[in-house]
Amino acid sequence: MSDEELEDDEEIILSEMSDEEIIELMFDDLYDGYAEEIEEEVHELLGRSWEPYDVLTKGLVGGMEVVGRDFRDGILFVPEVLMAAKAMKAGMAILRPLLAETGAPKIGTMVIGTVKGDIHDIGKNLVSMMMEGAGFEVVDLGINNDVDKYLSAIDEYNPEILGMSALLTTTMPYMRVVIDALKTKGIRDDITVLVGGAPLNEAFAEDIEADAYCRDAAVAVETAKKFMQIRQQA
Amino acid sequence: MNNLLAQLLEEEKVILTDGATGTQLFKLGLESGDPPEPWNVDYPERILSMHRGYIQAGSRLILTNSFGGTSFRLKLHNMQDRVYELNKAAAEVARIAADEVDHLVIVAGSIGPTGEILQPMGQMSYEEAVAAFAEQARGLTDGGADALWIETLSDLNEVKAAIEGCRSVSTLPICAAMTFDTKGRTMMGVTPHEAVEKLTGWGVFALGANCGNGPDEIESVIDTMHQIMPEAILIAKSNAGIPQWINNELIYDGTPAVMAEYAQRVRALGASIIGGCCGSAPEHIEAMGEALRQPFDPALAVEARGFKVEPSAEASSSGRRRRRRR
Repeated sequence: MSDEELEDDEEIILSEMSDEEIIELMFDDLYDGYAEEIEEEVHELLGRSWEPYDVLTKGLVGGMEVVGRDFRDGILFVPEVLMAAKAMKAGMAILRPLLAETGAPKIGTMVIGTVKGDIHDIGKNLVSMMMEGAGFEVVDLGINNDVDKYLSAIDEYNPEILGMSALLTTTMPYMRVVIDALKTKGIRDDITVLVGGAPLNEAFAEDIEADAYCRDAAVAVETAKKFMQIRQQA
Repeated sequence: MNNLLAQLLEEEKVILTDGATGTQLFKLGLESGDPPEPWNVDYPERILSMHRGYIQAGSRLILTNSFGGTSFRLKLHNMQDRVYELNKAAAEVARIAADEVDHLVIVAGSIGPTGEILQPMGQMSYEEAVAAFAEQARGLTDGGADALWIETLSDLNEVKAAIEGCRSVSTLPICAAMTFDTKGRTMMGVTPHEAVEKLTGWGVFALGANCGNGPDEIESVIDTMHQIMPEAILIAKSNAGIPQWINNELIYDGTPAVMAEYAQRVRALGASIIGGCCGSAPEHIEAMGEALRQPFDPALAVEARGFKVEPSAEASSSGRRRRRRR
């Protein structure tokens, strides 16, 4: 379908659309980062007695998977993904209290933060938002996290996954410090450690004994899901 | 305006810059996670020795130790009130190193990204960005820099803010290098094509690419830019390959020999300000200088290595057809 086939001012009346059409529209609107439209669509589906969990997984998570795939393939770049994530968050804000009420299943919990000395959080925010979009509960510690901050967050939230990010060659070595601290505390094997950031690569992740290096946010989500599956089978 | 950079380029045709700052400062004892900028005041002799190392290796343009010197970056270390002081000190210490040799060495004031994202995607307003860059540029200019050097940015609007900030306080020539590390584009999706057109339009003295995933990537960026705008003065400042972590030490896989070949190739492809970035040490720069003294070999320009974005590539936001409403 090309733009010519669809007039710019084509009227879309949600109430007249089928559920499937609304889901398809949500995919488009997430892709284009239209937050208000996503909110309307979430409300419409809830109004049709959809379970909040289904709106999340079929609408938001499904739509963000498309975004993630095109990001991974170099079709979308950071600005578009940020806008998509903003739209996703707008939908999540409606669903979150409802999900808590209905005791919907949680895929898992992730604690994530940029390491000490590093201010860069663009990639980290993307991971955080995409993980949320994939249905994880995400505890975002922000930037400049030392060992103590990671450890106390792990204590408090008991996550299955720890994510660490660094953009500078001067800060990436700090990831090793955190992983060593997990070992000292005897909790290294309880948690999956994912690392990412521009100067990193697989060899580095292996060397510091992280569980995986994630090239970008889309890969982080795929990897996290994979590790959750392994945990559940264990 | 007395443009010493233009003068040096006229004399030399190709200018060899320096290599990495951050990875060099590690060797001098910088701890992971700590900011390098306060060293301009706390350990100026270490910064001086780094600059001297590069000048002895043949660098004719050195970058000040001020990459993270905007208030946005220094705030992390509670040093946001020291922007002017630390940047001025960065230029002053580089000035000492440049002035103690009897040939012309350009001091270029390094200006890195704020680390923030501009509105509407992020939190930073355009005006805040301009003000932050202006404050940094004022320190660098007052400390005696010969040029202002915007580098490693990925967002064209942030580059524009940086240029505007520089111009609001300084008449020094401006150079701007972006990092094309994501499938031939910057992280924010900017193609070399877009970059060369915008940046020349904004009147920078020189423009190009720095950092990223090693020499191959920069070759194709330079090639594209040169073909689109043959008259543009192009900067190529590549990392020494990809970082590897071996025995608790950060090693880049680009040897001096690899970087020497890269220097010849990017010159053949159209770059005239050539140097290294992360992982490049004085020995790399020395090898590159040696290579650049060899006669120009046009055969090297036949084909650039590395991923290339087709010049006809659509704007990144149109990856998928969209449906409108309203």
